[in-house]
Formats: sequence, C-alpha cells, structure tokens
Amino acid sequence: MSTERTSPTDRTETDGGTLEFIRSKLEIFEGDRLGQIGLGILCSFILIGIFARPYTIDFLNLTIPGLAPHDPAERAVGGRLESPSGAHPLGTTHMGRDVLSQLIAGTRVTLIVGSLAAFMAVFIGTNVGLISAYFGGWVDDVLMRITDIVYGVPFLPFAIVLVAILGSSIVNIIVAIVLILWRSTARVIRAQVLSHKQRPYVESAQAIGASHTRIMYRHILPNVLPLTFLYAAFAVAWAVIAEASLSFLGFGDPNMLSWGEMIYNVYTANAIREAWWWVFPPGICIMLFVMSVFFIGRTLEKEVNPELQHQ
Amino acid sequence: MGLRAYVVRRVLQLIVTFWAFFTILFVLFRMMPGDPTSMFIMDGMTPEQREQRIAELGLNEPLHVQYVEYARQLLRGDFGQSFIYRDPVIDIIAVRFMNTIVLMGTALLFAYLIGITFGAIMGWWRDSRFERGGIIVTLVARSSPEFWVGIVLLSVFVFWLGWFPSSGMRTTGGELGGNFAARYGSVDFLRHLFLPALTGAIAYLATPTLLMRSTMLDVLNADFIEIKKAEGLPERTVLFKHAARNSVLPLVTVMAIATGSAMGGSVVIETVFNWPGMGREMVNAVNNNDYPLAMAAFFLMGSVVIIMNFVADLAYVYLDPRVEYE
Repeated sequence: MSTERTSPTDRTETDGGTLEFIRSKLEIFEGDRLGQIGLGILCSFILIGIFARPYTIDFLNLTIPGLAPHDPAERAVGGRLESPSGAHPLGTTHMGRDVLSQLIAGTRVTLIVGSLAAFMAVFIGTNVGLISAYFGGWVDDVLMRITDIVYGVPFLPFAIVLVAILGSSIVNIIVAIVLILWRSTARVIRAQVLSHKQRPYVESAQAIGASHTRIMYRHILPNVLPLTFLYAAFAVAWAVIAEASLSFLGFGDPNMLSWGEMIYNVYTANAIREAWWWVFPPGICIMLFVMSVFFIGRTLEKEVNPELQHQ
Repeated sequence: MGLRAYVVRRVLQLIVTFWAFFTILFVLFRMMPGDPTSMFIMDGMTPEQREQRIAELGLNEPLHVQYVEYARQLLRGDFGQSFIYRDPVIDIIAVRFMNTIVLMGTALLFAYLIGITFGAIMGWWRDSRFERGGIIVTLVARSSPEFWVGIVLLSVFVFWLGWFPSSGMRTTGGELGGNFAARYGSVDFLRHLFLPALTGAIAYLATPTLLMRSTMLDVLNADFIEIKKAEGLPERTVLFKHAARNSVLPLVTVMAIATGSAMGGSVVIETVFNWPGMGREMVNAVNNNDYPLAMAAFFLMGSVVIIMNFVADLAYVYLDPRVEYE
C-alpha cells in the first residue's frame, strides 16, 4: 500500500530511541523565541512542583530537602502580615504562615489539575470526535447533539454547582472541569477526521480488510495527533484558570492549598489593600503558568497549521 | 437543504437543547446536599413544622412529579420562592439579571471594539514589531484569570491612585433612579461600571483580536485588495473600509462563545467588585443552599448561552451567502 502513510510511532521504532523521538519533537521550538520561553517556564514549574516538599527515603535513611522553607500550613512561623524580609522573602499571612512556602506548595495543585484534567478532557474529546466522524450517520448525530448541549452549559457556574454537590475535593474539581472541557476537542477532531476519512490511505486500509478500530486508532489517529496535542495545551490552560477561579470563589480543596485559594484567603482576611506580597505572587504564578502553556500552544499551532507560519 | 429547512431544524435543535439543559439542571439540584429546610432549623423549627414546610415546597412528591411540576412552573416564568430572602425569585433575579447584562454587555462591546481595531492593524502590519508585541500582549491578557485582572486593576486604580470607587454599583445613599436611563446612565454608575467592565474587556479581548488578525491575513491576500490599492485609495481607506469589513464575519460565530465565557466570568468579576449581579448572587445562593435562587440564576445563564449560540448560527448563514446548510 504505497499510499498509506507511516504513522509517527512507526518512525520512532525504526529510528530508535525515545530520546531521539523527543529530540525530533523539540525541533519545532527551534528559532521560536516565545515557544522556548514557554517551555522554560513550564519546566521550571514542573521542577518546583516535584521538589516542593521534602522526600524521605526510609531504607536509605535519607531526606531530600524540599524547596519550601517552611511547612505551608504551619501557623506563626513569623509574625502576622509581616512584609517581605530575609527570613520570609514573600512575607507572611494573617496567620503568620510563610507565603513563599505556600506558593511553592501550590505549584503541585496547579500541575495535578492541569495535567490530569487536560489529559482526560482530550482523551474523551478525541474519542468522541473520532468515533463521531468515522461512523457518521446516527452515531455522529447523537454524539454531536450531546456536544451541542454541553456547549450550552456555562462552564464556571456548572463547575460551582457540581463541586457544591460532590464536595470540594481536587478529584471533584477535576471531574467538573473535564465534563465541560472535552467539547472543543471533540468538535475540532471530528472536523479533522472527516477530511481524513476521504483520503486514499483510509480506503486502502479498508480494502485490505482492516477492522474499524484498527483504521481509527492505527491509521487516522496518528494523523490527527498533532491537533490533539494542541488542544491538550489549551485544555491545560483552561483547566488551570478554572481551578484558580473555583478556588478564588471558595470552592477549592481545603486540604490542598492552591494559588487561587491563596488569593481567596487574602480576600476573606480583608488584607488585599495592605498585603500586596500575599496577593501578587500567586496571581503572577497563575498568569506565568498559563502564559507558558499558551506560548507552547502557539508553537504547536504553527506545526499543525503551516499556513500560520511567517513566509 | 434550503434556508427554511435549516432554520426549522435549528429551532428543533434549540428546543431539544433547552429540554436537555433543563433536565441537567433539575438532576443537579435534586442531588444537592443538605435539604432546603436546614436553613430554617436555626429559627427553632419543630420537626412537624419542618415536615409541613417540605410538603409546602412539594419536596415529598415522587421525583417525576416534581420534574413535571418544575417544568410547568418554569414555562410560566415562576422560579419559586427564595429560601433566604423569602421573596419570589423572579423579583430578585430580574434586577440582578439586568445588572449582569449591562456589565458584561459593556465588557464584550469594549473587547470587540478594541479587538477588531487592534487585530486589523496587526494583520495589516504583518511581521512588524507592532504585530509581535501585540501578540504577546494579547496572550498575556488571555492568560490572566478574570479575578486576577480585577485585583490588579483594583490595586492600581483604587488603592493606589484612588481614581475609582472600589466596589458596588452605586455610592450608598446615592439616588436610585426610576427608569432605565437614570439607573444606568448616571455618572456615579458609570464610575462604578468602568473597572469591572474593563476587567471583562481585557479578559475577552484575545479571541476577537487573534481571529481578526488571522482573517485579515486571508483577506489581504485576495485580489480585490490589490485592486483597491492600485486604484490609489489611501491606505487607511483600504484597511478599514475594505479589508477589515470583509474580515468581521467569522467574529459573529465566536460571539456566542464569548458570551458563554462572559456568563461564567460574571461570577468571578462580580465577586471581585461586589457587583450586585446574577453571578455573585448565584455563588451566595449555592453557599446558602438557596436552591430556587441558584437554579434560576444558573438557568438564566445557560439560556443566554443557548440563545446566543442559536442567534450566531442563524446570523452566520444570513450574513454569508456562501455558507452551505449542512
């Protein structure tokens, strides 16, 4: 079958090595300043998130120190509402907690919500889009009407109600986000698959008697995968913004302090006017994190849609 | 399929969507923890009184009866009675709804005006320093959650410079005008409106700007632009009268999506600025287990989004004769 394209996965197997694969993927960032900046910021946040709190390896009797200088929940490590000083580089909260430690620990929540919610949303969205477009007919009709209905549900209000029902935990927040977020991926992937369905490589696969699942996941999916990655990047951004907004409104997980929740605490402590060191760092972190994902998304977008590239 | 058939199909779809949305709403709120009488127990309600209250609210009926009854009430525009305010929900929500529409409408108007102008210029001066800077500014604006933009504006313009009032919709004790113009036209009101509306405008600016820029790039490649340039028309005329006007169309479709995010955004922006709108009322209602009020707010927000989706679809086929009805 000469018309059949080799999928990206096939290519890696022949070229050998995961490292080589990653390197070939990173090539798209070459000469793209914004993309590189985004990648740099995102990697820093991931490292901070991983090493936020100390790890203890029992059998080696070893403790890897965490980046956070204090326990973020410990009260009165400093005075109340202290402005930044050597001991507390970002000052303290109204309970005397260390802001910098809270900020570092909060990175984790953002990373967890961003990655899990985006993965699940894109997983559902891609499957819905793929199945819908591939089978067409009533399957397409049903799935797309469901997508339309989800488009009619306002995102944040729905998340608020669902979290109020299920309880404020990080799992429920992720579920609430995923239930809405898959819709855009589904529509875009469907449109893309519709155009791929007509191409010769799908026909030839059908002619040699490949099963539906095989054609869908082995032949078509690799071709729409770049678009999936792009929407995953957007999904990370929207998920993080949604979590921050939910937490800011007081619906965050009380056991996992996130950046949005920090700002909620400033608000409820009525300290927003004086404690700039408590308000600004979490906000800037949210902004930087989302920005880094959008910058990376822009680079992916050029890859997906070469017309955008500057001629 | 002709235009008429398309419209009929789209109307049927609208009805199905509304029904599905209503069902989601009903199921969600029946799952809510804490029963509605829990707020009254503090008032020293005896178990008998409580039973009676539950019966009054119709909450002891089988679910399908409640479902039909609630649907019937909604069709009559009756949202029940608020548990907290003890007033009909419709009276409370109608005013809040108007406040939200005025706020978010202004925000979207600003977002579109700035976005269209900015995006058109960015497309026109492609590859310039202005374009590159513009894209970064747009992406930064898009990366900031609404509450964060609000807090920054609040810190700078209220706490630091002191130019604007910090919260609410009008100065307390201010004149409450009777008619629309007096309510929403006074200088005091506009001073209160400015920052929250600007917050929304910044948050929603990115989509129209980036879309306008990319359609401009398409349109600028078209032959008629070359012809207009060859006719010797001034650059500004070609840019705004010919290129920009032909690029505005796709913005109609994202208008619906923008309205959707604006409805969600109203929840956050109204909380930051203490704006007495539907979004803030909904958060309070959810926190207080005031179901009828929360449901009504949620229903109205969803309705706005669904209707805007509908209008955008119809506007698109009406405005662009090339569109085929699928």
